Amino acid sequence: MINNLMLLWDYPVTLVQLTLDGILLGAIFVLAAYGLALVWGVMNIINVAQGEFVMLGGFVTFYIYERLGLNPLWGIPASGVVMLFVGWTLYRIVIFRIVERDFFVSLLATFGLSILIQQFSNQVFGADIRTAEANLETLYLFDGLVAISWIKVVAFFAAITLGLILYFFMKKSKLGQAIRATAQNPRAAGILGIDTDRIYASTFAINAAICGIGGSLIAMTLIIHPFIGLSHTIRSFMIVVVAGLGNMLGVIFAGLGLGELEIYSGFILGAEYQNGVIFIALVVILVWRNFRLGRKRLYLK
Amino acid sequence: MKYPLLFYGGALVVILVAPFLLSAIVAQLAFMWVMIVLALSWDLIGGQMGYNSFGNIIFFGIGMYACAVVQRDSGLGYFTGLAAGIGLSIVIAMVAAAILGSSILRLRGHYFSIATLGLGVAAGEFASSWDYIGAGSGMVTPLYPGEIEDRNLFYYFLFAAMAAITHFFLKWLYSTRFGLSINAIRDDEDKAEAMGLHTTRYKITAWCICAFFLSIVGAGVGNINGFIDPRESAFAGPTFGVWMILMAILGGTGSLWGPVMGAVVFHITQELFWTYLLGWQRVALGILIVVIVIFFPTGIMGWLNQRWPELFGEVIDTQKRQSAKGDHG
Repeated sequence: MINNLMLLWDYPVTLVQLTLDGILLGAIFVLAAYGLALVWGVMNIINVAQGEFVMLGGFVTFYIYERLGLNPLWGIPASGVVMLFVGWTLYRIVIFRIVERDFFVSLLATFGLSILIQQFSNQVFGADIRTAEANLETLYLFDGLVAISWIKVVAFFAAITLGLILYFFMKKSKLGQAIRATAQNPRAAGILGIDTDRIYASTFAINAAICGIGGSLIAMTLIIHPFIGLSHTIRSFMIVVVAGLGNMLGVIFAGLGLGELEIYSGFILGAEYQNGVIFIALVVILVWRNFRLGRKRLYLK
Repeated sequence: MKYPLLFYGGALVVILVAPFLLSAIVAQLAFMWVMIVLALSWDLIGGQMGYNSFGNIIFFGIGMYACAVVQRDSGLGYFTGLAAGIGLSIVIAMVAAAILGSSILRLRGHYFSIATLGLGVAAGEFASSWDYIGAGSGMVTPLYPGEIEDRNLFYYFLFAAMAAITHFFLKWLYSTRFGLSINAIRDDEDKAEAMGLHTTRYKITAWCICAFFLSIVGAGVGNINGFIDPRESAFAGPTFGVWMILMAILGGTGSLWGPVMGAVVFHITQELFWTYLLGWQRVALGILIVVIVIFFPTGIMGWLNQRWPELFGEVIDTQKRQSAKGDHG
């Protein structure tokens, strides 16, 4: 740990490398977090299976790359479309039963769903660690001291583009406006002729598609295996809690911050603690935010 | 219950005779008692106090590791080592519950649930990178001095005794002022506080009681398995961690017998899955979780209560019920 800190001191250019890595990583996390915030805000469900959608999207991309032999970049739209259908189907089978139920029911039901998807993938895809190689070049800065693979840059811009598309979709399109209306007041929206059940289905499907695209980017830049789901769920939840529900700009900054935290803690403490740090960070952030509210005799709601 | 002595006497006979009649499945029977303790202790927090914890498994894991470390490093004999190990695991687990609880139990609702979920997973991650307790390759607990059958029998009676102690202790606890206080916290925490209850103290005490039972059972499970894996057995969030919640819900939360029934039914189902669904048992468990949570949120006790309210001491006016039926029919 001390050695790694000394290394940072001796080679400050490593800071540039780590910071860039953190930003590029964080941008991908923002996608799943945005999906979580969407479902949470509109349907009042915390979807614990969020990370499993990410994982499934990653596997779609991986199979496009491995079985069809295409460039994995084609997996980005493909994962989105496949996961759109998966999300819609899951809503029609399971999720519509837990909308408007007690939060604990939805939490536990989606947790069961996450175990189901995770174990199913373990049986079907196998537990190996996979990655989809896009075969892009590496970008060298500072005389080759800082190396950024192009695929991370591409993933970063793909995430930004998707974020912008979603932003304008929610602001301008008819469906986006209906979704926002339902989030504000489902009863009033229903009275005004919005089919809330269909809106919920679309919201959940859109969420799954966003996660799928996020997963596709993760399959290209990092690794995927059937058990990555929970850590991505926790990341998304953490980002939304830090940002506050309904704060889109906050989600972006919180996501980038989480990317930095992960890269730096992974570098300083060692990669084996990286996962543990995420979960501890979640607990610390929740407790800290609640503590600050507690002084006003309030609590997190 | 009309004849409590008769009932408990009968239960005692069944407990004493069962391992000798069904000698082939003593280990599975022993795990049934473990499940009952897990479900009962979860229900203390989740059902009676309304704090739906996903992370109670950490006390189970702490107990497992603390006991194994004492057995490894103290140089005592098997049984004295086990006793000392259980003693230490109780202390560590309860201290951990008090320290963690003083900050985490201030969270409410889904924030509490998710924070405890994160805590459970984080504990597993750290246990699997800490060299002192064997890191990712886990620990081996000392060999039982004797036959495997004797070992299973010993732990069967240990766990059966633990289940009985847990049951009677909680039965007594729920009849005291403490029981009423944690029910008040479940029903409306703000009002409970306004009535002058020190809610945080009650919550921390309840979590410590929970940690007490879980750590003893955890220490025993580490020894009956003979091997501790940080993620698969000690901090097994996706298995034991969820099962304890599921068993309590299946039986009916907030009652004394619900978790017991839920644990028995769930354990038998789970063993059947493991035997007949090679490889797909965990998928089936996922489906089971979703189905139970969505379709039977009140559990077996809730169903019984609706079907035969008389059994629960509710006085039903037969005429009124008839007329009510007539109205709706």
